Amino acid sequence: MLDGLGIVVGALGFGFVYGLTARTRADFSPIEASAMSLVAFGGAAQFAAIGYLVAGVSWPAIAVLTFLLNARHVLYSAALAPWFRGRSLPERAAAAHLLTDESFALSVAHFRRIGRFDPVGYWYPAIVTTLIPWNVATLLGVTVGAAIVEPRTLGIDVIFPAAMGGLAVGLITGRRELAAAMAGALIGVAVSLAVSATAGVIAGGVVGPLVGLAVPPREES
Amino acid sequence: MSTDLVPLAFVMWAVTYPSRAVGLLAPALERLPRRALEYLRLVGPAILAALAAVNTVIATGEDGRASIALGVSWIAVVVSIGLVYWRRSLLLGLVAAVAIAAAGRAVGLD
Repeated sequence: MLDGLGIVVGALGFGFVYGLTARTRADFSPIEASAMSLVAFGGAAQFAAIGYLVAGVSWPAIAVLTFLLNARHVLYSAALAPWFRGRSLPERAAAAHLLTDESFALSVAHFRRIGRFDPVGYWYPAIVTTLIPWNVATLLGVTVGAAIVEPRTLGIDVIFPAAMGGLAVGLITGRRELAAAMAGALIGVAVSLAVSATAGVIAGGVVGPLVGLAVPPREES
Repeated sequence: MSTDLVPLAFVMWAVTYPSRAVGLLAPALERLPRRALEYLRLVGPAILAALAAVNTVIATGEDGRASIALGVSWIAVVVSIGLVYWRRSLLLGLVAAVAIAAAGRAVGLD
């Protein structure tokens, strides 16, 4: 329960910042920001999309980058599959839409704790602690953001890169991830200087993981 | 009120949903080659770090040319990342970043 509360607070805060950034940095309307949070429903990918749009990345390229960024959900989905065995197709299809870093972490921990599938153990974290606060906070953020005339003076313009960096830190669990992140950043800056910021982001995201793969994984003790 | 980006939300859903559903709806497909899974796992940190770095240190001039720009934003983002790593709190990092950037600009740094 306490873990769920922490996720609610995080979703509220981060959703608010997302709405605020979408409005102040990329001029999203409340409908556009809310559509992103309800339909796309992927925090990091939504934040990244703001950066892509500001950098002038085309929609097809945004689609490819979003696919790559969200491809980690394959791992979550595969890990949840055994727990959902025997559940109906509509239930599994709906569960897939609500699969996020947070709902995965909370539900898998719960299933492992009790040793079986528990519907409340999935739908509660997916809807109550993530979907609802994320969408409510997005709407609040984008509405408040419309009232801010000069976001740079208030320091709001740094939220986006700081959020990207912070999210990257959250995904670094070993030296391969660290190498991929460092390489992504360096390649991103270098290609930005040589070609454009758009090309830099794409190159960093696509080539960075290859550098990570070249690093030997830590041996299990 | 603009709705131009609403279709983009559906595009993003269309390319995200298969990743979320593949294991749950087609368990037989859960076994991608190990190398492919490793690559996909590393995409997140790489692309997020690239976005952070490019949006922090690259400034694009009116002529479209990119250059390095190290200002108070850079300090704010680096401190923020350090705080997130140390305290494991993204919100704390974001609050610190905004406070540093706002304070720095208030005293004339940019």
